[in-house]
Amino acid sequence: MLIPCPHCGTRPVEEFTFLGDAAPTRPTTNDPSSMEAWYEYVYLRNNPRGTIDEYAHHSGGCRAWLVVQRNTETHEVYGAVTARAFASRKEAVAKGEQA
Amino acid sequence: MTSYRLDKGGLIDRESALRFTFDGALHIGRAGDTLASALMANGVRLMGRSFKYHRPRGVITAGAAEPNALVELREGGRKEANTRATMIELYDGLVAKSQNNWPSLNFDVGAINSLASSMFVAGFYYKTFMWPKSFWEKIYEPIIRRAAGLGTASKLPDPDKYEKSYAHCDVLVIGSGPTGLMAALAAARQGKRVILADEGARLGGSLLNEQEEIGGQSGFDWSQGIIAELASLPDVTLMPRTTIMGWFDGNIFGAVERVSDHLRVPDPYEPRQRYWKIHARRAVLAAGSEERPVAFGGNDIPGVMQASAMRTYANRYAVAAGRSVVVFGGNDSIYRTARDLRFHGIHVEAIVDSRKDAKADPGGVHVIRGAMVADAVGGKAVKSVHLTNGMHINCEAVAMSGGFSPIVNLACHRGKKPMWDANLLAFLPPDNGEAFTVAGSAAGKMLLSECLADGAAKGAAGGRAIEAPRCRDEAFAISPLWWVKEARAKAFIDYQNDATAMDLPLAAREGYSDVELAKRYTTTGMATDQGKLGNINAIAILAEATGRTMDEVGTTTFRPFYTPVSFGAFAGPFTGHHFQPVRKTPLHDWAEEQGAVFVETGLWMRSSWFPREAEDWLASASREVLTTRGSVGICDVSTLGKIDVQGKDAGQFLDKLYCNTFSTLAVSKARYGLMLREDGIVYDDGTTSRLAEDHYVMTTTTANAAKVMAQMEFAHQALFPDLDVTYVSVTEQWAQMAVAGPKSRATLQKLMDELVMTDETVPYMAALEVTIMHGIPARLFRLSFSGEHAYELAVPADYGSMAARAVMQAGEEFGICPYGVEALSIMRIEKGHVAGGELNGTTTAGDLGMGKMVSTKKDFIGRMMAQRPGLVDPNRQQVVGIRPVDPSHRIRAGAHLLKKDDTPSLANDQGYVTGVAWSPMLNMWVGLALFANGRARHGEVVQVWDGLRGHLVLGEICDPVHFDKENKRLHA
Ligand SMILES: [Zn+2]
Repeated sequence: MLIPCPHCGTRPVEEFTFLGDAAPTRPTTNDPSSMEAWYEYVYLRNNPRGTIDEYAHHSGGCRAWLVVQRNTETHEVYGAVTARAFASRKEAVAKGEQA
Repeated sequence: MTSYRLDKGGLIDRESALRFTFDGALHIGRAGDTLASALMANGVRLMGRSFKYHRPRGVITAGAAEPNALVELREGGRKEANTRATMIELYDGLVAKSQNNWPSLNFDVGAINSLASSMFVAGFYYKTFMWPKSFWEKIYEPIIRRAAGLGTASKLPDPDKYEKSYAHCDVLVIGSGPTGLMAALAAARQGKRVILADEGARLGGSLLNEQEEIGGQSGFDWSQGIIAELASLPDVTLMPRTTIMGWFDGNIFGAVERVSDHLRVPDPYEPRQRYWKIHARRAVLAAGSEERPVAFGGNDIPGVMQASAMRTYANRYAVAAGRSVVVFGGNDSIYRTARDLRFHGIHVEAIVDSRKDAKADPGGVHVIRGAMVADAVGGKAVKSVHLTNGMHINCEAVAMSGGFSPIVNLACHRGKKPMWDANLLAFLPPDNGEAFTVAGSAAGKMLLSECLADGAAKGAAGGRAIEAPRCRDEAFAISPLWWVKEARAKAFIDYQNDATAMDLPLAAREGYSDVELAKRYTTTGMATDQGKLGNINAIAILAEATGRTMDEVGTTTFRPFYTPVSFGAFAGPFTGHHFQPVRKTPLHDWAEEQGAVFVETGLWMRSSWFPREAEDWLASASREVLTTRGSVGICDVSTLGKIDVQGKDAGQFLDKLYCNTFSTLAVSKARYGLMLREDGIVYDDGTTSRLAEDHYVMTTTTANAAKVMAQMEFAHQALFPDLDVTYVSVTEQWAQMAVAGPKSRATLQKLMDELVMTDETVPYMAALEVTIMHGIPARLFRLSFSGEHAYELAVPADYGSMAARAVMQAGEEFGICPYGVEALSIMRIEKGHVAGGELNGTTTAGDLGMGKMVSTKKDFIGRMMAQRPGLVDPNRQQVVGIRPVDPSHRIRAGAHLLKKDDTPSLANDQGYVTGVAWSPMLNMWVGLALFANGRARHGEVVQVWDGLRGHLVLGEICDPVHFDKENKRLHA
């Protein structure tokens, strides 16, 4: 499997360390009423058949955390962005939803 | 012994004379032979014994599917068990031995199993396990172990080298027969980067084995012309002796190149095998098809073989399988078999065609239509056959053809199943899209002209096409022929595992009718050949026995590897000391000078103790503790992870990482920090110092250094990307040594350029940048893991050993000694400092007695989840001290703690001992433990129960700080 690292180009999967689903967003509050949201963030993961965004650390390369989009059924890799870019994209979407 | 070598023909070098031995007997073969063909040429037909019944077995194929002719190849460290004689290229000096026989191949005690065969029917292993246990252990298992089993492994190290390699190509073509050559040529002529791989010693596939006509030439001559053209193209890589053994995610193919297996010893600097990962933009599978056996009685007697194998031995190796042959099958290929054998002067007694209405031209051979071979007769070689029509024909060999199974294995490695074609009587490969297509007979193309055209088309893949040459087609017509039920003797389906046709209906009757269950119950397809020959017969028999279609029964799962792969190929060069890198600290040379005994911790070599004269580890470590606590000691702590953190938001970032606060830490001060995981459990600890407003240096535990770094990168990049901070691991850049003991200050003072060390200039938890030894930049921390008045001195790595020697010299007047991790560990347990045993991934800050450190004023990783009721339950196991009630008793790490009067059992478990040490200060064993509600139970007497080692003593729960409870020494 090859991963297209935005910094290093296409690199073999052995250079990466995977952390799992990148969909959950860390809650921004420590208010006791947010416990349920924290619980979901820490423990609950979907197990989709099809496309998933996953954190991958280019630990044997540039050491950037990436979000790799992959098909869980065929293992086809569609692309990768930096976790930083992914976070700001998520933030933009969240702001759009609020507005 | 008669020679079975034909007078002419074949792709062998008749001028050559290769000497080899089989079971100690010397034979001569020719270059171009396999071990199998050379043995056959020398009249050796008995090559092994079967696994269960120890039946005599000879060669049955001429290729990779061979289940019978498995031998131990080579000797000593190079010995390789279960190698297929059909795939071993003969070389001068080859040594091979037969397997599965005791005491000898010709007289085998295990053959008695054959007489007791009712014991060994399907499900034998499952049924046997149900017998009385004592019977199994004492009687059956030892006998079976001795008699069964395949070849034996060498216990010597393999002296040869193995390599790993990557390759990338536009088009990978697997198989170099007519289809593969056309596919490779079509792709190559488009200018593509092409790899053509074939498991055979020589490229050409079936064209090496068969009599064909292509483009007005013999098939062989045509193939050599194409191969020469491919070889001349710069972007084409030809890889003979290379088995593509698996298809993996991302269109990556695993391959094993047998670089030197055809040599007695690899050439200098050459590996024996090379393991390839080939990334192909697209690939074409042109693996051909495998001829199926027919299940008739005695179909395993030496001399019975695949018809195509018999042709191959005659055409390619110039060897006769026997002087007189009966050819038996249910499809038209038997006629070409008879034709080829007669061409080579081998007498064909008869063609037995199961089809009443077969129309093919027998070319003058006697044909018996509408009959079948019921039984082959013979012991160690075929003598005759009985037909279902009552006829009896004497012969030395039987060529059988049950039909052809496309070799679809690779196309099914990623989960798709093949589909049954009722006209071709074959499972065809699934559609895997454009990236991996299947061509030729592997895709069910049964005529040569179809194969050439299909190869050309799949190789071109819609790009510029090439024209397929004209050729002569052999007739193809087929009727089902799986199992001759009139057989009186055993009819084998899985030769290697001795599974018979009868076993499958039996498995179905006993409820194991699912193909995956039947496989395991009968062991059909579970041998080293993975059912390459007989699996389709098994499916057909199972289908008939259960009234289902072939599709309904389906195939078992095709998994990598296509053929067995040696461990050496997987290990590659990463063996012994090359398995992982060795990390040495900058003080390694110094420690070696001091006589250190090193211990591996992860990749690191750490100095463990520094024995003097005849001291053992405990005597040495105890002396090191006494010297340090009595005067001064020096310890290498360079393995601790060190991370340099800089930037405007460095303090804020550390506040996110640690449960306590670092943004408020004063410059030139250090603070102990505790890091949690997001689920609230403690992750790591260490001391972090602030060197400037925007500059910190963190330390982590040795074990977690890399993980903490990755976690920081994640936290920064994914969670808190707005923080203005950078950080880099500087573990390797700094040598760090702890200098501890009442004389530590006096010792270090001698190294300082300007600093006058007092409690005011270097207070407890100070972190200063200084220079030592006339200008060497250094960092001086007043930290203590030992509980003594102590410092840590860090210098750039290259100055490490020099600085350590200088400390030793400065401390000489105080009797300084180096101490290792054993003494370090004793002192930390004496002082109740937590380490890996307590930071074990299950404990909270509260469990460690550090609940008060956890901030309630800021957000940090783990804050919310750490507040969950289960994590703040007072009955959780908490860190306590443990010491034996009788000071002469020893307590052991891992022992469980039980209430004084409870019966020793895990049901009564209250906690366990996480670490112990012999305390030379207290003259007794002391330890730390995790103990339920432990802080409220100091003083309680408990049972310290080590069930594993059968050890039980009384212990007293106490404060974790065993020594110097008032911490007077720290500030002395
Ligand atoms: Zn990268």
